[in-house]
Amino acid sequence: MKKEIICIVCPNSCRLTVSEQNGEIIVSGHECRRGLEHGISEYRDPRRMLTSTVAIDGGTLPRLPVISTAEIPRDKLRGCLEALYMVRVRAPVKGGDLIVEDICGTGVDIVASRSMSRTDDPQNDKEASG
Amino acid sequence: MKRLDLDLVVIGGGPAGLAAALKAKELGAEKVLLLERNTELGGILQQCIHDGFGIHRFNKRLSGNQYAQLFIDEVERMDIAVKLDTMVLEITADKKVYACNKHEGMLEINSKALILAMGCRERTASQVLIHGERPAGVLTAGAVQRYINMEGYLPGSKAVILGSGDIGLIMARRMTLEGLSVQGVYEVMPDPGGLTRNLVQCLDDFGIPLHLSTTVTAVHGRKRVEAVTVAQVNEAMSPVAGTERQVECDLLVLAVGLIPENELSRAAGVEMDPRTGGPLLDENFMTSIPGIFAAGNVAVVFDLVDHVSQSGEIAAAGAVDYLAGKPKGVESYRPVRAGENVSFVVPQRLNRECGLTTFFLRVKKPEKVAALSCYTGQKQIFKKRRRYLAPPEMLTFTANASGAKGITVALEKEASRR
Ligand SMILES: Cc1cc2nc3c(=O)[nH]c(=O)nc-3n(C[C@H](O)[C@H](O)[C@H](O)COP(=O)(O)OP(=O)(O)OC[C@H]3O[C@@H](n4cnc5c(N)ncnc54)[C@H](O)[C@@H]3O)c2cc1C
Repeated sequence: MKKEIICIVCPNSCRLTVSEQNGEIIVSGHECRRGLEHGISEYRDPRRMLTSTVAIDGGTLPRLPVISTAEIPRDKLRGCLEALYMVRVRAPVKGGDLIVEDICGTGVDIVASRSMSRTDDPQNDKEASG
Repeated sequence: MKRLDLDLVVIGGGPAGLAAALKAKELGAEKVLLLERNTELGGILQQCIHDGFGIHRFNKRLSGNQYAQLFIDEVERMDIAVKLDTMVLEITADKKVYACNKHEGMLEINSKALILAMGCRERTASQVLIHGERPAGVLTAGAVQRYINMEGYLPGSKAVILGSGDIGLIMARRMTLEGLSVQGVYEVMPDPGGLTRNLVQCLDDFGIPLHLSTTVTAVHGRKRVEAVTVAQVNEAMSPVAGTERQVECDLLVLAVGLIPENELSRAAGVEMDPRTGGPLLDENFMTSIPGIFAAGNVAVVFDLVDHVSQSGEIAAAGAVDYLAGKPKGVESYRPVRAGENVSFVVPQRLNRECGLTTFFLRVKKPEKVAALSCYTGQKQIFKKRRRYLAPPEMLTFTANASGAKGITVALEKEASRR
């Protein structure tokens, strides 16, 4: 089976052609190694990064943005999102803090993508020195 | 009124301002102050929770927040002075800054150099001439993004998106993931406005239809949007009679372009370029007023944050040179001309001794392959083959452009070669 895939690794958007010959996946049209890898994985097992938000208590904002530490199989994204809706964390949080370990058995962690201090942190209201 | 004296004031704490302040400090500028009207640093990036930032700079696909956090942590580590919740109200040609905040009231800041990094804002409904009622539920994409990603509100349940630029596409996916049903993305132009990767990842992945050469002609509903009328347009961009149909929705999302936020710059007398909507710039991103520099989306709407940060660093290096009294014959500017298939080039003019200069440009129309070329007079100083060119993807290159003659940047169709 031959598949036309538009590479989404970078804005170059290479047009890849992927096919399988004698059990081997053959990619053409890529301009870099990452494009080659993308062609193979998009053909075999499409994956996407997961970015969303979770509820946070006591933070300067009501939502904390989170991101997966690696790509997740595309058909598991829904389930992972449902799981994230159940999560509630407390401020303060540092960017990179673990929010959910091994989400839905994918082997991928979900981490905070920013730091967030507490609303009552005096630092928030500091008169920065000029 | 409180008075302050500084060497360099950076206005705006988004990625452009953050990179500019950091670079200036790193290059030895001493009295640097970053002013931000918001209660936190990061600019638009704090509402961009999706990944895709930093591909060129860090060779990674960070989320907007992660990208911002790297710079914010660095600003803290370098102990750069920041005033948050501080709105700049006016700047003057002699580099005075008037600002205010709730702790200090009015501030008058005398600075030797300024970097403008105020970003841009979105076009609204009245600017795209949508007629009809004025119900609730007509929002810009950035407002929807902020509601969903930062405030935790869902501003509707059934959405129509006008505009297929990256922001519209990103929001189509985001709203779908949050349970809104996205009826479709409508684009007045015959080609999609966003990057291919976003068309693939944001629309195709979720089966959201894209309707090209189609626009929203009316909004219906008294209190709340109930439906919109869409119609196909002809080559002259006017709606074609008989193609109108109603699409039910309670949210119309406008993703119809960005406008550099240059009210402060204009009032100070900074000369503008009508093509970019930003100031006329030289190789150091210095404006027509010596000592006033611009960086990021206030200078020209970049699409990649990597380029935004880079422009901040160019402006910072220029400002540090300026502070050290190294002006480069401002009178001898040579124009940079947009040649074949180029809609604009930044910087728009160069000093004779500009040296290695980074250029940013957009093509006019899509092209499979062309030679990105740069000339001073007749002499070619840069040539590189570029593929899959399209207006949404800004191009950049660096070349030594010193010389006496004017500069031309062009995308030349290659003569067919064997
Ligand atoms: C929806 C969306 C999706 C995007 N997706 C991507 C992507 O996938 N990849 C990518 O690389 N880029 C992306 N971008 C682009 C990137 O986010 C922007 O190019 C970048 O944030 C612009 O940086 P900036 O510093 O110029 O402006 P901004 O981030 O807008 O920062 C300007 C700052 O100046 C402050 N300010 C303005 N006026 C004043 C004043 N008078 N006084 C004090 N402060 C002031 C503002 O509060 C703001 O914090 C996206 C942008 C949007 C909106």
